[in-house]
Amino acid sequence: MARYVSFKDFDWALVGFVLIICTLGVFEIHSATVHTKFAGAHIKQVYWILGGLAGMLIMSLLNYHMLLEKVHWMYIGAVASLMTVLIFGQKYLGARRWVKLPGGIHFQPSEWVKLILILAVAKYFAEQHHKDLTWSDFVKAGAIVGVPMLMVLAQPDLGTALTYIPIAVMGLFLGGLHWKQAAVVLLLAGLAMPLAWHHLKPYQKDRLVSFMEPDADAKGSGYQVKQSLIAVGSGGLFGSSEESQTRLSFLPVPQTDFIFAAFSEGHGFVGAMGVLLLYFIVLMRLTQNAQTAPDRAGTFLVMGVVAVLTFHILVNVGMVLGFMPVTGIPLPLMSYGGSSVLFMFLALGMVMNVRMRRFVN
Amino acid sequence: MFGRDEKPSQIRLTAVQYIILVIFLVLAYGLWRLQVSQSDYYQAAAEQNRIRNVPILAPRGRIVDRNGRIIVDNYRSVTAMLLRDSSRDLMVDADAIASGLHMDPKEVKEKIRRFAYTPQYQPIYLKEDITPDEEAFIEAHRTELPELDTIMAYRRLYPLKGFMAHVIGYVGEVSEGMLNQPRFELYNPGDIVGQSGVELEYNDLLMGKNGSRQVLVDSHGREVGKPLEEKPAEAGKQLKLTIDIDLQIAAEEALGDKNGAIVAMDPHTGEILAMVSRPTFDPNDFAVHITNKDWNKLVNDPDKPLLNKAIQAQLAPGSTFKIIMSVAGWQENIAQTMTVHCNGGQEFYGRRFGCWVKSGHGEVDLTKAIYQSCDVFFYNLANKLGIERVAKYATMFGLGQKTGVDLPQEVSGVVPSEEWKLRNFRQKWFAGETISVGIGQGALAVTPVQLTRAIAAISMDGRMVTPHVADPTGLPSNYLEVNHYDQVNSIPVDPNGYTIITDAMSRVLLPEGTAPSAHIPGIDIAGKTGSAQVVSLATRAKHANDEDLAQNGWFVGFTPRRNPDVVVGILFQGGEHGRLAARVATQVIKAYVDKQRRQPTGLANEKPASNGKAEIGAIWTSPDKDGDGEKLEMGHLAVALPKKPLPLALAAPGMR
Repeated sequence: MARYVSFKDFDWALVGFVLIICTLGVFEIHSATVHTKFAGAHIKQVYWILGGLAGMLIMSLLNYHMLLEKVHWMYIGAVASLMTVLIFGQKYLGARRWVKLPGGIHFQPSEWVKLILILAVAKYFAEQHHKDLTWSDFVKAGAIVGVPMLMVLAQPDLGTALTYIPIAVMGLFLGGLHWKQAAVVLLLAGLAMPLAWHHLKPYQKDRLVSFMEPDADAKGSGYQVKQSLIAVGSGGLFGSSEESQTRLSFLPVPQTDFIFAAFSEGHGFVGAMGVLLLYFIVLMRLTQNAQTAPDRAGTFLVMGVVAVLTFHILVNVGMVLGFMPVTGIPLPLMSYGGSSVLFMFLALGMVMNVRMRRFVN
Repeated sequence: MFGRDEKPSQIRLTAVQYIILVIFLVLAYGLWRLQVSQSDYYQAAAEQNRIRNVPILAPRGRIVDRNGRIIVDNYRSVTAMLLRDSSRDLMVDADAIASGLHMDPKEVKEKIRRFAYTPQYQPIYLKEDITPDEEAFIEAHRTELPELDTIMAYRRLYPLKGFMAHVIGYVGEVSEGMLNQPRFELYNPGDIVGQSGVELEYNDLLMGKNGSRQVLVDSHGREVGKPLEEKPAEAGKQLKLTIDIDLQIAAEEALGDKNGAIVAMDPHTGEILAMVSRPTFDPNDFAVHITNKDWNKLVNDPDKPLLNKAIQAQLAPGSTFKIIMSVAGWQENIAQTMTVHCNGGQEFYGRRFGCWVKSGHGEVDLTKAIYQSCDVFFYNLANKLGIERVAKYATMFGLGQKTGVDLPQEVSGVVPSEEWKLRNFRQKWFAGETISVGIGQGALAVTPVQLTRAIAAISMDGRMVTPHVADPTGLPSNYLEVNHYDQVNSIPVDPNGYTIITDAMSRVLLPEGTAPSAHIPGIDIAGKTGSAQVVSLATRAKHANDEDLAQNGWFVGFTPRRNPDVVVGILFQGGEHGRLAARVATQVIKAYVDKQRRQPTGLANEKPASNGKAEIGAIWTSPDKDGDGEKLEMGHLAVALPKKPLPLALAAPGMR
């Protein structure tokens, strides 16, 4: 099947908005780390973004159908790499999340697994045979996402494991989820809650408790939530000139998980709303690409990316604003970190891949 | 083409868009709530985070002697502390910290472990009073050991070895009990205030006012940049005492390790020139932090080192009281003509009262009774006067009441009388008791400062002053209202009696007196010895070797005999006889006179000349030319200047 592929069909507008967000992130990383031991992190972030752009180009050139055909091999590779981490991973702050590769690179496979899950779920629902979602679809799609999720939970990394859920939810929803089925699943999930609580680590429980009651232990576990709220709130309408929460290091990790709080303190309600608007535009542009996808698989693939991105924004910004517990999920495109940046650009590369093939047939 | 042809429902894709919109609206609402509606609250919270009020501790005022020489000073004391930055493992750094601060690594680790469960924002205090090189270590390792920091405070530096400790007192953290008193109600918990001596009496003057500084701090509590606002501390004011360090040194050395007290006073003004109490304590132990062990040792010591015996020991004055008896007898026109025959004792009211000279003094009049300290004479005098008249004169000379000296917790002593016995014991006075009181025994109890003042008043022809240790010039009015520094009570004393009594006192140190060994050639000293029983003679005989039951020696003396410059009173506990006390007292008097004689005269100060000579105007007589008469002449004479006086103390021992 010969296809006509041209960079004229590349979504330049989407790339433009994404790069604006990345640039804001780089500046914020610079100002948040300039007097700390992390000074210079913004330069590394620029390299990661450039690397991400290159990855996006390569990703957009590979035919996504070829990727979907090979996805079961990738899936096996993903499970194997997670197994490797569990056995040989570097222990850091009580969790095994990284493997050290030759050359001193810390590789965190759980990020790449997200990409493979998007592909796997897209493939599953593209080949779905019934118009309506059956319980068997439920179990199979659940298993595709559930196996790696349990392995990530075992690291333990609750935050990343949770980001796998929206991939499955989006697939099920677009695959024709019936509201009765949704009700049953929610009920079962509700019943499973107390059991899940029992299996949480003490620090995870602390985080949940301090999320509900930030003042309960203001110098301990509720500290991060409280300092984040103060940072955002003291930003006011146009931003605080002192930026003391960020500069005097009251705000924890302002270059990664709490970058949105640091940005909100410095640029106020107006600036923070601007960033939210940029993310909203990006998401709307992505869903538009899903609508114009050449086939069912393409739509599922793009919407998988939308699901992951939306979930990250909701959980990260929600955490900064005190709506969500502290989970350690970064804000995509803005937070400092190679794995996160590369994942986002490769995911965008897949979206481009779908878009550039939309006029075929 | 991949998979089924049929595309997912467009409605559902649109629904996803709406769901995303709702999520963003919720987030926007969250931003609005924090940054617009509650922005003021969070701005205040941010300010509370970053701005801290740090107190600037005011140094206490210095204490100086009558010539401005330093007695008590402050020093800069630096304490090393650990800030608990959660990102650093203190245990890993413990070895480096311990070696830099010259501490045992085990001790450092133990402290970190012990404070592990206290709130993180409270620093761990590692070592107080660190040395300059330990401070330099902390400064040099700011980046490697960021958790290590210092805090500075002023601490009291007192003289060495308990010099003048009882007059000075000591400081300590204000107690809850003190905060409830109206006097201390303006103080805050944690304030360092005087706890005894002039440190307590003049605390309001000495204590400064703490200032404060608004600083920017980071999340570890470390100061960042310049202070935002500074209210400087007001240092405490200097307190000038009437003490003369040179005389104080002489008195401290004269008393040595003996138990007791010395008071040296200017009888004209009541200025106390020296005050010593033994045993002593080191107030420097209180300046940093006194350990429970040291405190208990001081409190439980049977010799009570914290007690200022000069104002707090109440003991029978013994024969020194005979001077007051003499004045009473003279004023009542009994002593003038009275003579007794002493044969070693006499019977009164069915009981024999012995004289200390068992062979007796023979014929005794008032003068001989004073310099020989004849007990029989005063038994008879007391018997003739009766207890009421004895009590009247004792009270007139300030016994049985506080002298009003400007030191805390002075005690009043006891002057027994019929009314006193009835009130305290609900018993009638027995005339036999009066006989014992006549020689300063019985229920009579005085403090060294009371006795010194009473004898001073007699030496000054009835002019009784108020003793005080602080120079009242320049003191705030609240002190002048409470302490009557210049108050003088004039007691009418017959000048003839005064002359005879002081003349008799001057013979005490001559060969015929009771303390010839205390005589100092070239100094005219008048005084009276005393030795007072602690227990009855019968009990004493049973415990002959028990030092605690030994008699107390007393001596009060002054120089010169008329219009004296200085009065010295001494209590020598366990001193057995007043003559031993007299030897100590005359050493102090000698030091005073020696210093007076070394003072450069006005003449020498007027015209300093480089050749060691000064010209003076003079009138003299010279023989006539024919040699049979004298002629008055006048002119200028060159006289040699006195040699430079011996160096005096520059400051109290241990002061710079």
